[in-house]
Amino acid sequence: MSKDSVKDSAVDMELLGEILSAFGQVDSNDLIPILQKIQDSYGYLPRIVLMEFSKRTAIPASRIYGVATFYEQFHLEPHGRHTVRCCRGTACHVKGAVGIAEAIEKSLGIKDGETSKDMQFTFETVACLGTCALAPVMMVNGTYHGKMTPNHIQTIIESLKSSQGEG
Amino acid sequence: MVISNMPEITVRINGRELTGRPSQTVLELALENGIEIPNLCHDPRLVPTGSCRLCLVDVEGQRAPVAACSFEIAPQMVVKTETEEIRAIRRSFRELLFYEHTGVCTTCDENGDCKLQRYGYEYQLADEVFAAGQVAEHRNNYTTGNAALRYDPGKCIRCGRCIRICQEVQMDHALTFKERAGDVEVTTAFDMPLNDSTCELCGQCISTCPTGALYERAALGKGQCKDLKRTRTTCVYCGVGCQIDLNINTAKNEIVRVTSPIGCVPNDGNLCVKGRFGMEFVNSSKRLTSPLIKRNGEFHEATWEEAIDYVAVRLNEIKAAHGPDSIGGLSSAKCTNEENYVFQKFIRTAVGTNNVDHCARLCHASTVAGLARAFGSGAMTNSIDELPGAGCIFVIGSNTTEAHPVIGLKIKEAVVNNGAILIVADPRSIDLVQYAKLHLAQKPGSDVALINAMMNVILTENLCDMDYINERTENFDAAAAIIKDFTPEMAAEITTVDADAIRRAARIFAQASSSSIIYSMGITQHTTGTENVLSLANLAMITGNVGIESAGVNPLRGQNNVQGACDLGALPNVYPGYQSVEDPAINSKFQQAWGMDLSGKKGLTVVEMMHAIEEEKIRALYIMGENPALSDPNLNRTRKALEDIDFLVCQDIFLSETAEYADVVFPSVCFAEKDGTFTNTDRRVQRVRKAVASPGSARDDWQIICQVATKMGQPMSYDSPSDIMDEIASVSPIYGGISFDRIDTLGLQWPCPDKDHPGTRYLHKGKFTRGKGKFHPVEYKYPAERPGKKYPFVLSTGRQLYQFHTGTMTRKSAVINQVSPTGYVEIRTEDAKKLNIADGDSVEVISHRGKVTTLAKVTDNIESGWLFMPFHFCEGPANMLTIDALDPIAKIPEYKVCAANIRKAGGRN
Ligand code: SF4
Ligand code: SF4
Ligand code: SF4
Ligand code: FES
Ligand code: FES
Repeated sequence: MSKDSVKDSAVDMELLGEILSAFGQVDSNDLIPILQKIQDSYGYLPRIVLMEFSKRTAIPASRIYGVATFYEQFHLEPHGRHTVRCCRGTACHVKGAVGIAEAIEKSLGIKDGETSKDMQFTFETVACLGTCALAPVMMVNGTYHGKMTPNHIQTIIESLKSSQGEG
Repeated sequence: MVISNMPEITVRINGRELTGRPSQTVLELALENGIEIPNLCHDPRLVPTGSCRLCLVDVEGQRAPVAACSFEIAPQMVVKTETEEIRAIRRSFRELLFYEHTGVCTTCDENGDCKLQRYGYEYQLADEVFAAGQVAEHRNNYTTGNAALRYDPGKCIRCGRCIRICQEVQMDHALTFKERAGDVEVTTAFDMPLNDSTCELCGQCISTCPTGALYERAALGKGQCKDLKRTRTTCVYCGVGCQIDLNINTAKNEIVRVTSPIGCVPNDGNLCVKGRFGMEFVNSSKRLTSPLIKRNGEFHEATWEEAIDYVAVRLNEIKAAHGPDSIGGLSSAKCTNEENYVFQKFIRTAVGTNNVDHCARLCHASTVAGLARAFGSGAMTNSIDELPGAGCIFVIGSNTTEAHPVIGLKIKEAVVNNGAILIVADPRSIDLVQYAKLHLAQKPGSDVALINAMMNVILTENLCDMDYINERTENFDAAAAIIKDFTPEMAAEITTVDADAIRRAARIFAQASSSSIIYSMGITQHTTGTENVLSLANLAMITGNVGIESAGVNPLRGQNNVQGACDLGALPNVYPGYQSVEDPAINSKFQQAWGMDLSGKKGLTVVEMMHAIEEEKIRALYIMGENPALSDPNLNRTRKALEDIDFLVCQDIFLSETAEYADVVFPSVCFAEKDGTFTNTDRRVQRVRKAVASPGSARDDWQIICQVATKMGQPMSYDSPSDIMDEIASVSPIYGGISFDRIDTLGLQWPCPDKDHPGTRYLHKGKFTRGKGKFHPVEYKYPAERPGKKYPFVLSTGRQLYQFHTGTMTRKSAVINQVSPTGYVEIRTEDAKKLNIADGDSVEVISHRGKVTTLAKVTDNIESGWLFMPFHFCEGPANMLTIDALDPIAKIPEYKVCAANIRKAGGRN
């Protein structure tokens, strides 16, 4: 809570005001496009902005949250430049996904759901990436990497790190 | 639901010919006729989604099986519910569900009441259900640390019923699914703790959950569903009269949880936080278990014989020395009808006075007086379940969603689902305002001006129902004469409501298909309470809105049995059934029935009794289950009276603030420990049933009274509460047809004059109880006390959702204490700023009569210049401040308006 509010106080509500007034009379059907706009403006979906969004439009906050967590495109936390996902589904689990996740955490220095301090990496685990035949699977910025081993991980991540700054 | 003149539809299910109603679903019709179709996402309170696919059935002419829960019946439809193919499909869906479910039935509280378990057994999915399974890893969720609810994602089958009921019925929108695919879970917005969300802790989500995923936290481990005994009874908190099942662990004599049957009247399985989570007081260790006699200022336990002897002797002494009118009795709106009947009979016979009253004086005396004058009957004209059919609902002076939550649901249903237009007149931005087309924030105490102006518009714009006025009412011209001059502009000055808003409200009210007025203590608790009520009666009659369905004038009664206590004559001017003590014919009827001479002089009211103590006119008071030391206005004065009185007897379940002053205290049993009836706010007489054994030597109130009366030389005895009801029926025509047998499964609404009468849904149909409805001209008057220099604020008092009355019962609930731990005073943001008061600051609130310290709640839901305090809290009792100025007709005190000031605690004047 308190961590949140420190962060929150820096948030600019005027951006939200502009987005909403561009939509005019808002109803639940506009939810996804508005969330996209909010994410474009703020870089992610800050809680305090979504709460204010709910207050101004009477769209329940629970609904907004449900939609924001349903779509992969939305982030409720500030997000790194690279998104690294690791599958923890059954097939991957059997093939050693736990070790893969540990290797990623080790080389990035962050845990599941966290973003590195330099805002370069976000790491998250996912229930199933849908390519079970390639288990264990990792996904970097939308690209699949199948049949992973901790060594592979090391290499891929190192190359991402060295590409830093090249944008 | 009204089922009359609806066309019938004939359908064949599994070869049986059945008749259904239009828009009924196959599932509903089947279940109604005892045909089982498995279903997991279905709840009749919700819009069907057809998502679990378990209720698949075969309908002739359909290519594939259909979901019975969302498929409507049609004439000549042929349905098969159990084909080989269907069983096979169901089996595979069920396997999928069990795949998600990781709980273990043998240790689950829901064991015995879980649909998943039942179908698992029926379809022999033994391994999946009963295997030790993996137990879900424990992660925090939105219910972690919540005292009311526990959510276990491992047992959740993602049917979404909890989310839907929170949206569709409670309309709180607290819940949602989050994430996708295998990660889906129920949660709140941002996973915030439940009590920080919009949740009102109604527990409707628990009631609809088909598995053990949602459960009352306090009930965990206290007994599995299969071992709990359910006793149907009536909620003891408010006048809605919800039907509840107390789930008892009989071995421990303990109420484990409270459930409510879907489909019951009036609440359809829905409850509020108090009904669902407020029953801890029953098992409280603070319950009284033995009679107490005070000697030298201290209570000592006594035997029943001693205590009864002592009371009888003292009362007889006082009666002999100072006459029967020197004794008074306060009956109780918490007690049953039978107990109220016996109490007033005791005061009128054994003591021999009409000095009997109860706390209705403090809430709805003006309703009883006003509506009796205008219509001839002082109760809700219409029924709760007619609300969803109203064209317009006008809520004035009732914070319905907090004080009568389940009626609040009906109003929301009417507006959101049925398109009724809601007008709210209330100085505060109460919850209902968000559903209202118009919010009129009238200044406290200016109701008459507002209503007169609405009628002025109706009159000048020719919107009145002249036929109705001519045929069914009288004295219209006298009222019209006053109304004519009362323009919206004039009212705007007095009420601060915009004149055009008044015009719009008047037009909506007059033009709707039917308009129902809902009011409560915001109308009654004024020195002009009776006049406020008369004005509302005028408004309803001028538009022809009394005596028809879904309309009327509907006072919401506060206490669970305040209607019944009034009906049964716990009032100083009437015998049971509103029969005047001053009418010689009636008097002699009761003399005959009760076998003795009775006083034909009306007695004193609650506050009058307190004042009479000061003058030594009242020397003894017998109080059954009331707490005037916290509920009466101007507490310092009331408490002094209780201290000074010669002899005080209290009958209670706790040593209340009042009982502390008593000379003798009798321990009585609470609602869960006795049989009887309560009459709810829509005049429905409903059963109260014994579910647990009472503590110590506590006795039924009626038995204690009978024993005292007998000892005093006036023998009274009954075999059972049912026996008492039979006597009630014999002397009180409106209860004439009521007996325990007839109300066993469904309560009856009075008037119910004889054994064949079906009860009365709405009053004054075709003809008013008093013949013609009577208009009363009502002039606007100022409240007794107005703000000035020293006390610049207007202080109003009232209730909030979580607590009840003086808190003696609700404040024993851990769930309620978690969300509502302390009292507070509401103040508008800009007022607070000026006084340098921040939210949560300790403040002093001061009036002419006293001072209390409480916490500031800074809000924009209240107008500037106004303060609001709930009165439930003994550590900052609002009634230290309130004024005991009375309505001259009904003698109700003006709780809603007094002048006050507020300042930061510790500061100087
Ligand atoms: S308790 Fe009531 S308000 Fe709270 S989440 Fe459950 S259904 Fe919604
Ligand atoms: S908690 Fe219960 S009602 Fe809610 S989705 Fe899960 S199983 Fe259904
Ligand atoms: S609405 Fe009233 S009667 Fe119903 S559960 Fe709540 S307190 Fe009890
Ligand atoms: S289990 Fe990992 S991709 Fe499906
Ligand atoms: S009960 Fe019909 S689909 Fe779930």
